[in-house]
Amino acid sequence: MEIYLPIAEMTVNPLLILGMGSVVGFLSGLFGVGGGFMMTPLLIFIGVPPAVAVATQANQLVAASVSGALAHWRRNNIDVKIGVVMLVGGGLGSAIGVWLFQLLLKLGQIDTAVSILYVLLLGFVGGSMFLESAIAVLRRRRPASRSRRNTHLWIHGLPWKMRFRRSRLYISSLVPAGIGFIGGILVSVMGIGGGFILVPAMIYLLGMPTALVAGTSLFQIIFTTAAATLMQAVTNRTVDVLLAMLLLVGGVVGAQFGTRVSGRLRGAWSRMALSALVVAVAVRLAVDLVAEPAERYSLDLPVTR
Amino acid sequence: MNHPTTLPVRSGRRPDRTAAIAVLIAVAMVTLGALAPILGSAQSLEADLSDHWIAITTGFTGTDVVLFGAADRRGDIAVVVTGPRGSVTVRRKDQHAGIWINAAHMRFESVPGFYVVASTRPLPAILAPAVRARHEIGMGHIPMQPQDALAGARVDEFKTSLIRTMVNRGLYRESPDTVTFLGNRLFRTRLYFPAQVPTGIYTVAVFLIRDGDVVSAQTTPLAVSKTGISGELYKFAQTSPILYGLCAIAVAMTIGWIAGAAFRD
Repeated sequence: MEIYLPIAEMTVNPLLILGMGSVVGFLSGLFGVGGGFMMTPLLIFIGVPPAVAVATQANQLVAASVSGALAHWRRNNIDVKIGVVMLVGGGLGSAIGVWLFQLLLKLGQIDTAVSILYVLLLGFVGGSMFLESAIAVLRRRRPASRSRRNTHLWIHGLPWKMRFRRSRLYISSLVPAGIGFIGGILVSVMGIGGGFILVPAMIYLLGMPTALVAGTSLFQIIFTTAAATLMQAVTNRTVDVLLAMLLLVGGVVGAQFGTRVSGRLRGAWSRMALSALVVAVAVRLAVDLVAEPAERYSLDLPVTR
Repeated sequence: MNHPTTLPVRSGRRPDRTAAIAVLIAVAMVTLGALAPILGSAQSLEADLSDHWIAITTGFTGTDVVLFGAADRRGDIAVVVTGPRGSVTVRRKDQHAGIWINAAHMRFESVPGFYVVASTRPLPAILAPAVRARHEIGMGHIPMQPQDALAGARVDEFKTSLIRTMVNRGLYRESPDTVTFLGNRLFRTRLYFPAQVPTGIYTVAVFLIRDGDVVSAQTTPLAVSKTGISGELYKFAQTSPILYGLCAIAVAMTIGWIAGAAFRD
């Protein structure tokens, strides 16, 4: 059985998309990340135009993060107040990201820009997370307690301080809003929820309790991905609802199982596994950038035909 | 000449389309064959398609359209299918600081999104190069203008790459030996349209060739459009993008919520 995707303008096997959705969904539930950093390259790999992959991914992440956040909500693992401050920055970030995306699309550099961003961000975040979690595993210490005492001084000097009782924090609202802002840009430009950036930033920059981080990041990803979906649909018309629905049906089911398994994982081990995955994706993309392409020429066909 | 048993098959076209099309063609060809001697004096070439509309439905995986026709007497036939035209930018990757990045580019105007030539024999064997160029028959003769008139020597490089890429995508094709004569007057060919065909109005030009020159030509239109769920979604996304975006979000949130509730402990 094959199905025609109206916006991607290609025919795919729906079972392949469902399968991809559930595997990535499982991993996303396991680590409390959106999983977009695996799905967007996968979609591009099976031939979905990058512009459609990124925008559609934003749409499917809405569903994945709703169901993921719901599971964390029942476990009372969400700090709503800090999440709301984050998504104020997130909305602004999504808007700027969509504009940036359109600009890169016009310049014909979107593929390379997305790849370079992936390599840099995934390489840096994955690498440092891997080192940190490896050290934590070796020392058998809980890094959250260590890092809270470790937070940087300049962060404490910022204005507009707010008290977040749930996370037991008294910190400038600019910090969570700034983290959300970066998350918003990532959704629009790279088609990722940004969980793999948000989670460590919330642990190490904000010093939030590890138990609250996954749920809170998923909570705010719901809103940044929704904002990005709307803006991509309006400015670039690249959201493929049919593709998104196939992805999210597989994704939400996988995410539920992933969330359950995540309770049995030790924090440092789970971060180490996630970081290994992140580094693997980064290495793969870096190889593609440096290796001589099989076809040096590419075409920009009219988007609306 | 009469086949009364085939009539019920024609009315049930949906269940077995291929058989139905075959019957349709058979009937058409018999009719054309009977009429050919009468028409022959007026016009030396008649051709038509089994379908003038290709509907891209949700389950669309590509389709065949049969072209059939009659000539006054035997000759060679070339069929040129040209898709809707638009501007295409060709980009070339160059290595900068170790990274392969899009550098040089060239924009071509009025490039057909689809181009297929089917013929009775390979084109060089039946047509002189000048004639092929004049009638725009063959991939080397697809008219496409670089936007920049000063593009000069690099035009060939980019044009060749454009054609090669389109061939690899299954959108450009030369299929010699695919038009077959049945007897001396009737000919037919099967034109394949892959899943990724662009939508729009196509022209199908049929050329009758003798002694290296075109003696008669006929064109017929063909429409390709999206229909069914896929078509409606596409139209919706184009005409009311805000509502489309909001619906996409609502659907995603609902499915996410249902899944979250369904898996409740």
